[in-house]
Amino acid sequence: MIIEIGHSTLVLALATAIILSVVPVIGARRLDRALMDVGSIGSVLLFALVTVSFAALTHAYVVSDFSVENVWENSHSLVPLVYKFSGVWSNHEGSMMLWLLILSLFSTLVAVFGRNLPDTLKANVLGVQAWIAVAFLGYILLTSNPFIRLDPAPLEGRDLNPVLQDVGLAIHPPLLYLGYVGFSVSFSFAVAALLEGGIDAAWARWVRPWTLAAWTFLTLGIAMGSYWAYYELGWGGWWFWDPVENASFMPWLAGTALLHSALVMEKRGALKIWTVLLAILTFSLSLLGTFLVRSGVLTSVHAFASDPSRGVFILCILLIFIGGALSLFAVRAPLLSAGGLFAPISREGALVLNNLVLTVACGTVLIGTLYPLVLETLTGDKITVGPPFFNLTFGLLMAPILVIVPFGPLLAWKRGDPLAALQRLYVVGGISFLVAVIFFYVQNGGPVLAVFGFAAGLFLVLGAAADLWYRAGIGEMNAVVAWRRLLGLQRSAFGTALAHAGLGVTVLGIVAVTMFQAESIAGMKPGGTADIGGYTVRFDGMRPGIGSNYTEDRGSFSVSRGGVAVAIVSSAKRVFTASGRATTEAGILTFFPNQLYISLGDPTKDGGIAVRIWWKPCIVFIWSGALMMAAGGFVSLSDRRLRVGAPRRKAQPAKSPAPTMEPAE
Amino acid sequence: MSGLRLRSSSSAPGEVYLKGRMMRERALDGLSRVIQAVSSLRSSGRVSLQLLILLGLFLSPLPALAVNPDEVLPDPALEARARALSAELRCMVCQNQSIDDSNADLAKDLRLLVRERITNGGSDEQVMNYIVSRYGEFVLLNPPFSEKTWLLWGTPGALFVLGGLVIVFYARRHSRKPTDRALTAEEEALLADYE
Repeated sequence: MIIEIGHSTLVLALATAIILSVVPVIGARRLDRALMDVGSIGSVLLFALVTVSFAALTHAYVVSDFSVENVWENSHSLVPLVYKFSGVWSNHEGSMMLWLLILSLFSTLVAVFGRNLPDTLKANVLGVQAWIAVAFLGYILLTSNPFIRLDPAPLEGRDLNPVLQDVGLAIHPPLLYLGYVGFSVSFSFAVAALLEGGIDAAWARWVRPWTLAAWTFLTLGIAMGSYWAYYELGWGGWWFWDPVENASFMPWLAGTALLHSALVMEKRGALKIWTVLLAILTFSLSLLGTFLVRSGVLTSVHAFASDPSRGVFILCILLIFIGGALSLFAVRAPLLSAGGLFAPISREGALVLNNLVLTVACGTVLIGTLYPLVLETLTGDKITVGPPFFNLTFGLLMAPILVIVPFGPLLAWKRGDPLAALQRLYVVGGISFLVAVIFFYVQNGGPVLAVFGFAAGLFLVLGAAADLWYRAGIGEMNAVVAWRRLLGLQRSAFGTALAHAGLGVTVLGIVAVTMFQAESIAGMKPGGTADIGGYTVRFDGMRPGIGSNYTEDRGSFSVSRGGVAVAIVSSAKRVFTASGRATTEAGILTFFPNQLYISLGDPTKDGGIAVRIWWKPCIVFIWSGALMMAAGGFVSLSDRRLRVGAPRRKAQPAKSPAPTMEPAE
Repeated sequence: MSGLRLRSSSSAPGEVYLKGRMMRERALDGLSRVIQAVSSLRSSGRVSLQLLILLGLFLSPLPALAVNPDEVLPDPALEARARALSAELRCMVCQNQSIDDSNADLAKDLRLLVRERITNGGSDEQVMNYIVSRYGEFVLLNPPFSEKTWLLWGTPGALFVLGGLVIVFYARRHSRKPTDRALTAEEEALLADYE
């Protein structure tokens, strides 16, 4: 019964979304307040209906109702409770439900917190959000319905894919979707602005918090996914340039560009047309990512579903939304007036360069991902575009920007003084290079690239600190005043510094682990040892174990350094009872920021077991840098609180408690 | 598994320098033919249940190591070369994994083949050419520049240049207006709110 309630509320949601997609837009044209108000009320109603529907599906998972086909296929009565919850979005149908839930959540947040938006803009934004909702509701109901019943109901489910039975899965997709789908708000704002034919700096102020929120969640989602793949897939890689990873990385790159161009637009009124285009492109890439992953057109480690009818449906959604938005853009963009002027060397100029590089990098990832597909479709030739291609092209593009990032915040708006910025950074630059060179000598013969990489990473971290240093005026005035000034800086200044430093930390991690990781592959018998990274790893033997829905062989290892025992770590191979599928559980020992990674293999002929051990120096930096970037996003968002409420306010004391707007919590 | 193993019978290292079409024809032997048949079936969307199960077996991560201890060459220099080459070769039955990272049987066979060729004195280039002649360009993770891939390799640079030109074009169009002044009082007032 509950399932039928879920199914029918989903149909009601479609009806609501259809009304919502038409009425407020007409209201905005006729300036009819009553019609426009339908947007807010309808959005909340839509969210409520989708939530009920999603809750019904979740309930079926939690009580293991195998009369529902979707539950039968992706769950099992013995699966731990947390994976029954996360099992909902482990599969195609459920993840589309999650997509929809988050979309309607964002609409509701705009409806509730967007009180200060002009009525027509708000009505149009909610209308455009509803168009997307209609498309995806139709998609779910017509091709991917999770509420289909089985008769007779099977007694037991077919189990959740063991690789997905992990806390990582519980967190990764919701975060990723909060990012992916969050960009729909930027998209809707862009389309709404084009419909109205007018756009100003205030528009950028409204869009930026939503973009920032989406970007922050996407950053967290990607970092989480990377760490999940790292420890779960068992071969110690943390980024594979897998098409599915690229699908989430492209919106991130475009979103990062959007964040920066919206900044120029908000503060200087320039780059309007470009910002609108970028907002459209960013969400288009999110849709493209959904298409690539969900249609099964690219088969990759993460893609579980493949069914051509679905692919064609999403392709139509893709063409309608991207094509429609871009056509509207082509017609309306010339109406948008050009904004403030600036010299090539200025904060704006630096941000334009940032946008150029990020956009080209995004284009590179896009063509690398789609090229084999298109080539095979057109000519039948099969080629592979793998990590070596991406590392080379992406690396070449991004390397120069790493050096330029610290200059950006130090340049003045409109017309910057490059010499002054250089003077402020040469100390920091010198220190970075010196430390890198020292490190190079200590490591004795590390490749030249490592020197550049380390210098760039350190430069980013120290440059971010230098930015705050000079803003606070440390060294120019007495310490107490400087300290007060530092505390008085806008939160967004801290956010920027934190995010840029985070990028530097990630770069340091990537360079260190790429250049200096060590590996030992050996057949080990109990008592056997391996020396790696200055540690001695002794194999203590295997013992069997039983979990709630799996059996395992667990090998334990004791790790010592210079004869002193440091830690005990275990690594396991699991076989899941229901599906008979197996996974590896890598044994990971963290010596911040380094890690020891132990993975078990097959038994060897002489009675031992194959063991692969990696020493991964500074690898934790890769994800902690990403966390710093996300933290920077949150810090900046908390600053927005004071501003978004009153976009046109001038020179008001920043301390007054303004109406708050909290995008997407 | 041994039935699927591809072993070179006679060709000496460096003998096979085939390019283009000839290479592709040669590539269509042994297991690669099966793989291509399977993938074309998959892309056409008509896949039988057995095939799906077969693929599922191929694609599920197996609890084995990529490089097994018994594969490792005694000479560290040769082993290092083998590892470097392995990282450039695709595991044909996996998705976007190099043979160095994959634990599929076919990847193991390829790893052994690479090591055998290296031990027999083949240069890196000869080994790669041999593997490509056997399996086709599909096996290369880094696609070589050719008439098929110039667009792929050219796009990043072309985009960069194009983007740069667009920026210069727009900058020049607006350059008639004075930009060599600092902020006007009005702009200053606007910014005061944000900074």
